[in-house]
Amino acid sequence: MTNPILTIKNLTKKYGDNVVFHDINLTVNEGDTIVIIGPSGTGKSTLLRCINLLTRADEGQVWLDDKEITAKDCDEDVVRQHIGMVFQNFLLFNHLTALDNVLLGLTKVKHMKPEEAKVKALMELERVGLSDRAGHYPGQLSGGQQQRVAIARALAMDPRIMLFDEPTSALDPELIGEVSDRIVFLEKGSIVEEGTPDELFYHPQHERTREFLWKITELYGKKETGKIDG
Amino acid sequence: MADWLQLFQRYLPDFIKGAGVTIELTAVGLTIGFVLGMALAVARVYGPKWLKAIAIGYIEIFRGTPLLVQLFLIYYGLPSLGLTLSQTLSAYLALGLNSAAYQAEYFRGAIQAIGSSQMTAGRAIGLSRWKTIWYIILPQAMRLMIPAWSNEPISLLKTTAVVFLIAVQDLMAKAKHAATDTYDPIGSYLAVAVVYLVMVFVLNWGLKYLERKTRIPGFEMEVNKS
Repeated sequence: MTNPILTIKNLTKKYGDNVVFHDINLTVNEGDTIVIIGPSGTGKSTLLRCINLLTRADEGQVWLDDKEITAKDCDEDVVRQHIGMVFQNFLLFNHLTALDNVLLGLTKVKHMKPEEAKVKALMELERVGLSDRAGHYPGQLSGGQQQRVAIARALAMDPRIMLFDEPTSALDPELIGEVSDRIVFLEKGSIVEEGTPDELFYHPQHERTREFLWKITELYGKKETGKIDG
Repeated sequence: MADWLQLFQRYLPDFIKGAGVTIELTAVGLTIGFVLGMALAVARVYGPKWLKAIAIGYIEIFRGTPLLVQLFLIYYGLPSLGLTLSQTLSAYLALGLNSAAYQAEYFRGAIQAIGSSQMTAGRAIGLSRWKTIWYIILPQAMRLMIPAWSNEPISLLKTTAVVFLIAVQDLMAKAKHAATDTYDPIGSYLAVAVVYLVMVFVLNWGLKYLERKTRIPGFEMEVNKS
């Protein structure tokens, strides 16, 4: 399958003189799982927010299928229905139960009938293994459960693509390799290199990639020791 | 004491009638103030610059001038502009417009406490800005503001007493009648003070009930954390 579902062309974002990322080009094919790695403060989150237009890029375009979503006449509320997003801190609607969190988009954005919407919402909760927590409020759920509700809420909209911001802060690089088709290494606002997990992790072409991976591995190792000590 | 009880007993039906008017004034004023206050707060936080300026101007003017002046301007001043309102209508309007300025600030505080992340979450699933405000921000803001906002109904209930100055027959007006009738101002005003106190007590109990009823498990904690 070489059907590009998401195309990012020359995307640049700055705040004043501070360039968050610069001239990003990325193509994602249907069915692909892309993982973007890089040091913190390097523009990963902002890049995701520019894809679903929560933040507007200064230059460049983003295409979803064959539609330019960064175009001026493009309705951003419609675009976001097709781009699911799971935030780093999940951002569930605090005053609504898990079920209502999933339901809201179905009834108020997709305008589904209440009964149909409820069936679908329950199914989505079932998919993330939380049907028994449907009546719980976010404050009564653990962090992991909140994340799953957030995933169900995003998936319920039947998006074309899903964006996850820091879904696995505690995962080591090897594990990330198992779930992804392609890894993109982002540093200081530019793509340093990209490739399959095998290429990037075991045969990195750039010194900066090597350095970053080495640091991560070291950090991960230390964390493990800490766990044993505790 | 026996005399006073007699006075209280004699005027009680009158006081109850007056208390009914006072409750009506409070309810109408509070309702106008709630709806308008919510609109003002949303305009102030989310509106475009010009709307923000209007909201701020409104709030500053109505909080910065005495209610009595506002009441007199509406009742005595508006007729010269060709708009004559009845005493009751003037009282409703003055109380409502005034209360709106205060309630707007309770709303604003609560909206700002929620922060922008809930707006982001709403927009991310495709809700428009206004839908997010309506379905996400305001329901949370209302719950958050109840403890502080509870001052407003209580304060308003007592503030309604100024309307006797344009001859609305509220509880205060009844007290004035009783005082001139009996030549016993202390006894009369003490008697209505008791009636006000009872009303506030009941109101306070109702507000506590509301606060309990609308509480969301884990929500207050969640807000305190962030």
